[in-house]
Amino acid sequence: MNFDPRYSARNFASVGTRPIRPDGVDKVTGRARYGADFNMAGQLVGRVLRSPHAHARIAKIDISKAEKLAGVKAVITAADLPDLTDGDAAMYDVLDNCMARTKALYDGHAVAAVAAIDARTARQALKLIEIEYELLPHVTDVDEAAKHTAPLINDAIFTEGLEEKPVKPSNVTKRSQFGHGDVHQGFGHADFIVERSFKTEQTHQGYIEPHACVANFSSDGTADLWVCTQGHFVYRQHCAQLLGMEASKLRVTSSEIGGGFGGKTHVWAEPVALALSRKAGRPVKLVMTRDEVFRASGPTSATSIDVKIGARKDGTITAAEATLRYSCGPYAGSWAEIGAMTAFACYKLDNVKTVGYEVLVNRPKTAAYRAPSAPMAAFAVESAVDELAKKIGMDPVDFRIKNAAQEGTRSSYGPVYGPIGIGPTLEAVKSHPHMKAPLGPNQGRGMACGFWFNFGGQTCTDLNIGMDGSVSLAVGTVDVGGSRASLSLVAAEELGIDYSQVKAIVADTSSLGYNDMTDGSRGTFSSSMATISAARNAIKILRERAAQMWDIAVDDVVWEKGHAIAKGEKHGNLGKLSLKEIAVESGKTGGPIAGHSELVADGAGVSFATHICDIEVDPDTGAARVIRYTVVQDAGKAVHPTYVEGQYQGGAAQGIGWALNEEYIYGKDGRLQNAGFLDYRIPVCSDLPMIDTQILEIPNPNHPYGVRGVGETSIVPPLAAIANAVSNAAGVRMTHIPMSPPRILAAIEAARA
Amino acid sequence: MAGVAVSTTINGDAVEYLCQPDETLLDVLRDRLGLTGAKEGCGTGDCGACSIILDDRLVCSCLVLGAEAEGRRVETIEGMAHGDTLHPLQQKFLEHAALQCGICTPGFLIAAKDLLAKNPDPTEEEIRFGLAGNLCRCTGYDKIVRAVQDAAIVMKGA
Repeated sequence: MNFDPRYSARNFASVGTRPIRPDGVDKVTGRARYGADFNMAGQLVGRVLRSPHAHARIAKIDISKAEKLAGVKAVITAADLPDLTDGDAAMYDVLDNCMARTKALYDGHAVAAVAAIDARTARQALKLIEIEYELLPHVTDVDEAAKHTAPLINDAIFTEGLEEKPVKPSNVTKRSQFGHGDVHQGFGHADFIVERSFKTEQTHQGYIEPHACVANFSSDGTADLWVCTQGHFVYRQHCAQLLGMEASKLRVTSSEIGGGFGGKTHVWAEPVALALSRKAGRPVKLVMTRDEVFRASGPTSATSIDVKIGARKDGTITAAEATLRYSCGPYAGSWAEIGAMTAFACYKLDNVKTVGYEVLVNRPKTAAYRAPSAPMAAFAVESAVDELAKKIGMDPVDFRIKNAAQEGTRSSYGPVYGPIGIGPTLEAVKSHPHMKAPLGPNQGRGMACGFWFNFGGQTCTDLNIGMDGSVSLAVGTVDVGGSRASLSLVAAEELGIDYSQVKAIVADTSSLGYNDMTDGSRGTFSSSMATISAARNAIKILRERAAQMWDIAVDDVVWEKGHAIAKGEKHGNLGKLSLKEIAVESGKTGGPIAGHSELVADGAGVSFATHICDIEVDPDTGAARVIRYTVVQDAGKAVHPTYVEGQYQGGAAQGIGWALNEEYIYGKDGRLQNAGFLDYRIPVCSDLPMIDTQILEIPNPNHPYGVRGVGETSIVPPLAAIANAVSNAAGVRMTHIPMSPPRILAAIEAARA
Repeated sequence: MAGVAVSTTINGDAVEYLCQPDETLLDVLRDRLGLTGAKEGCGTGDCGACSIILDDRLVCSCLVLGAEAEGRRVETIEGMAHGDTLHPLQQKFLEHAALQCGICTPGFLIAAKDLLAKNPDPTEEEIRFGLAGNLCRCTGYDKIVRAVQDAAIVMKGA
């Protein structure tokens, strides 16, 4: 029977309740095992040597002295990771990023690695590796890098997506364009136009757990990898390809993950650890330091965005245009393309055009960060939207409501929307008490909208019913923030049993079919779909077994509230059989009972949010403080509402840090100057107020329960909401994120002058 | 390098170990004693994930040498529950969903325990400043503060 994923309304028994998560006790007692908490007998300590230069040719590497140091068991360079990527350019970039081959492309780029009997020996060995660098000119600023005069990072790159094939190489790897209508004509019909340029600085996901893994390569050519990752199946594919293994020979177990936010979707240290283990013939544990995490993993793009929006006196937007330049690090990416797709996704526009440029810089390879690329585009667009509303003399919420996309709207990036939540979140904000609360001196209120696509993807789930009637749910999507709780609720809902009867685990790569990683807010959306499908397959077998026990036709058996029930008057005396009663007899009725599901979860419903923020600005120092914050977001259906709230609050807090404080600071030498939590300051408890949330539920028509992804959208509006609040508090339009005290103070002083 | 012999008390138990003179107490706990509840998030005392209580004082164990534990009392997350009975803070963190990924949770629980020992009836502001040495990237701190407020009420009634 084919699984029908379409939504149908129902009364939920388990879904929507708020039980304690199944992995909770281990996490509050210190028992839960994260990436660095696992050890193997005979394990070595791995350490990576990193380039101190932003851009340099590697003329010579001499590892002989390091190899001779007592206690050193393996030293590797790019030579130990030969190119097996077979023309796959994206994988070649991954390989080169794991270990520099001919050039070091950023401060922190790995150039060699050692495995030794202890950390001290490993550190000493790194100092004995001699590298001759030939320094090359570097560029770290996105606008500088896009200029024709900039130092070239890769002279084999010619800009894609131009009408005419360029004759000269460039740091701009790709141009992409979206939109419809005629913006030139649209601006001609506008009574008011706002045109502005914006910049955002590079930020890091800032997960508290550094990357960590233990690799154990056996002499028979098989290997085990224990690792903190958002996608152990994807890590297996990448590591196997880079090391020349069949994927089935590499078993990857995902540890508990101490935060990822997109940053643990890419391999960095894992192929290196495997190569070290292969060479040393012993297990190798490789844990990044915080300095390495900042210098070599993560960050999001720095951006430079030009926006132009025009509207009639009545508040109708007639045209909208944006040009977006996003840094990719030293390798090609599609970050500006995503920004160009999301920029105007909240609005119903007849004439819209966005153009994205991907720009290479001598910084770490850009990685996804929660709704990657969307917050910066939203910052630029929602700032301009606010300014335009002011120019027209309209309330900013009313102006957005008037122009909000709705069901049937052709989105700015192409597809036509189904039922969506942008209008309802705006209406909810309009009537929210927060909007009417009084403000004090130097305080201002701002609001902004945000959009994220949400992903679905390949998903495989097993639901096994034990001989005692308890249920094991094995999923392949890594649990980054409580999905084992939500998926247990879904299994309980579908089977009609109690939540406590279900135990969910994240299975390793040898125990389950392939799963895409937990990204794109897909964890609960896609794995709940697969869990529902697996449960329905199990119910089919449970009905068959009950029919067998009763000796009646299976069509006469229905499944209700955790029981098989014989329907029809002729079976009136049969009563009902519980899941447990059927499971206990399963050995006699055909063996183990299980339900499996392998599917591509299509139709992840798009997600919208609107945020309200009150800011107080100190006019003497430029310091801005968030004094009240409210998130309104559509969840489709909140499976575990407490963890949905948690996603809303967490995204808002990350956005607040990004808006006000966080940025990568590079010196003229191209070196990162703030690679630590002291100087790269993420929000602490005393920086924030409580973050209020309101969950809206506009069912996703493509999921049986109406679920949409909820994890990412919450980071999209904060940059703009806070910028709009600062503008209203201090009377200055901020165009550069983060709005650190010196930037706000300079803007205030410039306005006074 | 010759090891240093250390006799100390960890979670009420007498413990002896050998460590290197430059080895942190965090590394001793994690790598020598198998107590991996304290986490290394930064190694520089900025994130609080390695928080422990040393003779009634909240410290980052990454900033303490293993040798410095000689003759002192160390409390870690592993000693917070009594058998199957969770500490009220642990219970309230679960009930309020005050954790998402959970990597910062042991440090927050230790810091909150220290805070409530010194100030059993803290205001929201006192909680926020009391826990400002611990970084959480998932929750936005809202549910953590509420869990500590709720635990304080339970503990006062106990």
